[in-house]
Formats: sequence, C-alpha cells, structure tokens
Amino acid sequence: MTGNATSHAWSSQQGAAALAAPSLAEKRRAFDWRILLGFLLPIAVALLWEAAVRFGLAQGRLVPPPSRIFAALWSLAETGELWTHVWTTLWRVLTGFIIGAVTGIVFGALSGSGETVRRLLDPTLQALRAIPSIAWVPLFILWLGIFEASKVALIAVGVFFPVYLGIAGAILSVDRKLVEVGHVFRLSRFKLAKRILLPAVLPEAVIALRSGLGLGFMFVVAAEFMGASEGLGYLLVDGQQMGKPDQILAAIIAFALLGKLADSLLVLLTKPLVRWQDTVRERL
Amino acid sequence: MLELEHLSKTYADGTRALSDINLSVRQAEIVSLIGGSGCGKTTLLRLIAGLDRSSAGAIRLDGELLSGPHPSVGIVFQEPRLLPWLSVFENIAFGLEHLGANERKARVEHALDKIGLSEHAKRWPRDLSGGQQQRVAIARAFVTNPTVLLLDEPFSALDAFTRASLHEHLLGLWEETRPTVVLVTHDVQEAVTLADRAVVMQPKPGRIFDELSLTLSRPRDKTGLAFENSVRRVLTALDHSLNPSQQQPQRERDRQAAALWW
Ligand SMILES: Nc1ncnc2c1ncn2[C@@H]1O[C@H](COP(=O)(O)OP(=O)(O)O)[C@@H](O)[C@H]1O
Ligand SMILES: [Mg+2]
Repeated sequence: MTGNATSHAWSSQQGAAALAAPSLAEKRRAFDWRILLGFLLPIAVALLWEAAVRFGLAQGRLVPPPSRIFAALWSLAETGELWTHVWTTLWRVLTGFIIGAVTGIVFGALSGSGETVRRLLDPTLQALRAIPSIAWVPLFILWLGIFEASKVALIAVGVFFPVYLGIAGAILSVDRKLVEVGHVFRLSRFKLAKRILLPAVLPEAVIALRSGLGLGFMFVVAAEFMGASEGLGYLLVDGQQMGKPDQILAAIIAFALLGKLADSLLVLLTKPLVRWQDTVRERL
Repeated sequence: MLELEHLSKTYADGTRALSDINLSVRQAEIVSLIGGSGCGKTTLLRLIAGLDRSSAGAIRLDGELLSGPHPSVGIVFQEPRLLPWLSVFENIAFGLEHLGANERKARVEHALDKIGLSEHAKRWPRDLSGGQQQRVAIARAFVTNPTVLLLDEPFSALDAFTRASLHEHLLGLWEETRPTVVLVTHDVQEAVTLADRAVVMQPKPGRIFDELSLTLSRPRDKTGLAFENSVRRVLTALDHSLNPSQQQPQRERDRQAAALWW
C-alpha cells in the first residue's frame, strides 16, 4: 500500500517535471517584447529633436538632428574612412587588452596563490593603482614615442588593474569548504588549482575581464586624444577642431556600438566556461 | 580497526575542543557520536579525516598512524559540498581520477543506481533538492571504497521523510563493502536506527561521557519495543551528560549496578 503510494507520488512528480520542462524552454524561446520599451525614450527624444529642427524651432547647428548624424556616419562609411578608423581603434584596444589582461591574470594569480607573495606584490600594485592612469601619458610618450607603442601601453595599464584586482580577489574568496573537498581527495597543489581553484574563479574572472575591456575602450579615447592621425578618437578631435558636431556624435555612436559588440563577443566566448552558474548574472 | 588514543585538540584561541578521547571502532562497526553542539564532534571527525592536526594523541587505522588525509578515510560533511561546475556524475567520480574510464563509469553508475539518481546523472547540483544533493555527496564518498567513512550530521538539514529514506540509502551502500562508519548526529532516533554503538559526548572540554551498545538485529523495526528501549537508554545517558551537578561521568553500567544493589 505504502509502496504503491510512494511510487504514485514519484510518477506524478516526474509527470509534473515533464510538464514543466517544455514550458520553461518555451519561455526561453519566446521573445520578450518588453525589451522594446527601453528603446522608446531615446527614439522619442530623437524624433522630437528632428521635428524641432525641421520646423525651424531650433537651429541644430551645435546639436545636429539624428538625420544629419546618420548622414555623417553614412558618408564616412561610404568613403571607407570609417572602417580605417574603426580598425585602428579596435586594433589598439585589442592589443592593449591582451597585454593588460594577460599580465593582470598572471599577477592576480601570483598574488592570490599565497600570503607571502601577496604581501610582496600587492602594496606596490595598490600604490601604482592610486595614480590616475592618464598621468602616465607624458612618461609613456617620452619612453615609447608618440606612435602606437605609447597608446597600447596606456590601454594595457587601464586594463591591467581591474583584471588584477578581480582575479586576486576571486582566488581569495574561493569557498574554503570546496578546497577542503580537494584536500580530502589528496589533490596535489597543481591538481587543486586545476580542478577546484580555476573553475571556482572563472565566473569572477569573466566579470573582471569585462570591466577591463570597458576600461580599455575608455583609455583608447584618451590615447587617441594625444596626437593620432587615425582612429575614432581622432574623429572626435578632428570634429571639434573643424567644428563638425555631427562627426563627433557619429564617432560617439560608433564607439558605443563597438564597445557593446566587443563586450557581447567576450560574453559569448566565455559562456561555455561558466554555463554551470545560475543565470542571474548573464543579464548584466 | 580505528583507534583513537588520548586524542586532544586545543584551538589557537585556547578553546579546548577535545580532551583525552579514547575510542576504538571495529571493522564494519557503525558508531554514532551523539551530543549537543559544541561537544567537539565536528572537530573529532576533522582530526580523523586529516583536515586538522591534533594537539596530542594518535589516530591509528589498522595499526597505521594517520597524519593527514588518507585514501582509506572518506568524509561526508554537514553540507553536500558538491562542486557546482561538475555534473552529478562528475561529482561522484571526483575521487576516481586514478582509475580507467571504464572502471570509473561502472562504479559511478552503480552508485547512482544505489542512491536512485540514475536519471539525474547529467544534471547540475543546483538542479537537485537538498536530499538529492546529500545523496550525491554520500555516493562520492562511497565510490572510493573507504575502510572508514565519517559522516558529520549529514541529514540534519533534511525533513523527517527524506531523512528516513536517506537512512535506507546509506545502509544499502554500507551493506556492499561494510566500511567502519563514524556518524555524528544529535538525533537519538537516527543513532538508534543506524548505529551498533552510541558514544555520548560532553562539552567544555569535549570528552566521551558514556558508551552504549545497541545490539538490535537489522533491519530495525522502529515501532518495536526493543527500539523504544534503546532510544530511552540513549536519552537517559544524554540527560545525565547534561546534568551539571554530575561531577564524575556516571556510566550506564554503574547506574544499573546501583539500581540492582538497592
Ligand atoms: N576553528 C576553530 N577555532 C576555534 N574554536 C573552534 C574552531 N572550531 C570549533 N571551535 C570550538 O570548538 C568547540 C567544538 O566545536 P565543534 O567540533 O564544531 O562542535 P560540534 O560539532 O560538536 O558542535 C566549540 O566550542 C567551538 O566553538
Ligand atoms: Mg558540528
């Protein structure tokens, strides 16, 4: 009797699970139209401004209407000029990001690996972090010249600190209880790092890399302000000197798209590594 | 045979968690450590598991002095402590890396079958209920075929129904290789259901107050008179251990002798 009842309870549980599973999948597949709400405000403002300029309520010389911004973007794209600038900027960010991220990961791992190493490294790095990175610019120019090397160095410095802090912090905050599981199974130091520490820090490492990439895009602008003949930052400076606000806004839009694209790509590439995580963070 | 000799542990802050523990557990015996919180039960298991060092005394397994984690000693913690990035299958296989793929697969699948989670092999731990997670943790400890298995209140966070079914799963796994089991619990029913011997502990400093053998035949009938009797005996011992006026540990044997004399 009881056996019957429990087996019935089991099967009804499984039945419920079977019913719940497809509805969950459907939910994921169905497009959430409320996402479009977010577009409403900027589009409304853009249309209002466009109308105001069209009907002569505003001049639109300093704040050009959307149509003129897109015209500027279009003409830049048509001549191929835009792509040269985009590629130059992307190359700088990517190179600086790789250098900054790799050194950040190495130093973060060193500093997280042991108390002694951390006491040795961390104070110096924290002190360096207190220096506003832009303050390095004159020195980098003296050391590395005004061309690519000094720009990449500035971006690398900008990327380094969030990655270093993120990795070191992630290693320090790994759950001691999980590390003990490794001890119980007598893992060597190397195996412990590989089988427990590495997977445990991956989610925070991805977040650190993302904020590093964000800073990379911030610093590429600063780097391109300091005398460049190519790049989206150059378009900004050029637009200011030539009095072309539409070009400035076009470059800003290009920056926004590029930054978002690079971030999404990073999330996509690292997703298989952190699939096991609860999905709350993926929406960030 | 697991032997604890004059085992003591004083933490760095001066807390005397254990003082002069002497206990020997036969091969295949199930011993339950019972006592209120702060008796040093967890400390004792951590010493045997080699996760902490004792301040004095020795731990021997079949004559071999234990110092640090040993392949023949497995432990199940109070929390499941599954690795969230590994599937259920991979979690159970965690301690089997040295084995060939076939042997590993066979052992894990057998264990999964034993704990009734075969169809959940590919899921993440976060998709399991608390009871299911704890079953996976028990399977992870069992598949390495330890000769000593330590369990630290593994069922305390679960409801009574889940706990009862987990007792059966545990005994089912135990039947196969019959390891020595040291089970920490604060649940008298649980101790009498599972153990051959109950060891009652006392706090400040943590020490053994009394030992009672529970020689009931298995499987145990929880509604029977013998079971009730055993529960009462353990409760009495616990009562005496909590009584602060009791200067000397008064053992069950002595109490019975006194009763006879009167
Ligand atoms: N790491 C530690 N440092 C200092 N004191 C501890 C530590 N762990 C446990 N204790 C103390 O040792 C005593 C026994 O703790 P514990 O072994 O956890 O008891 P139980 O598992 O029986 O509840 C308690 O008084 C507790 O506060
Ligand atoms: Mg405890």
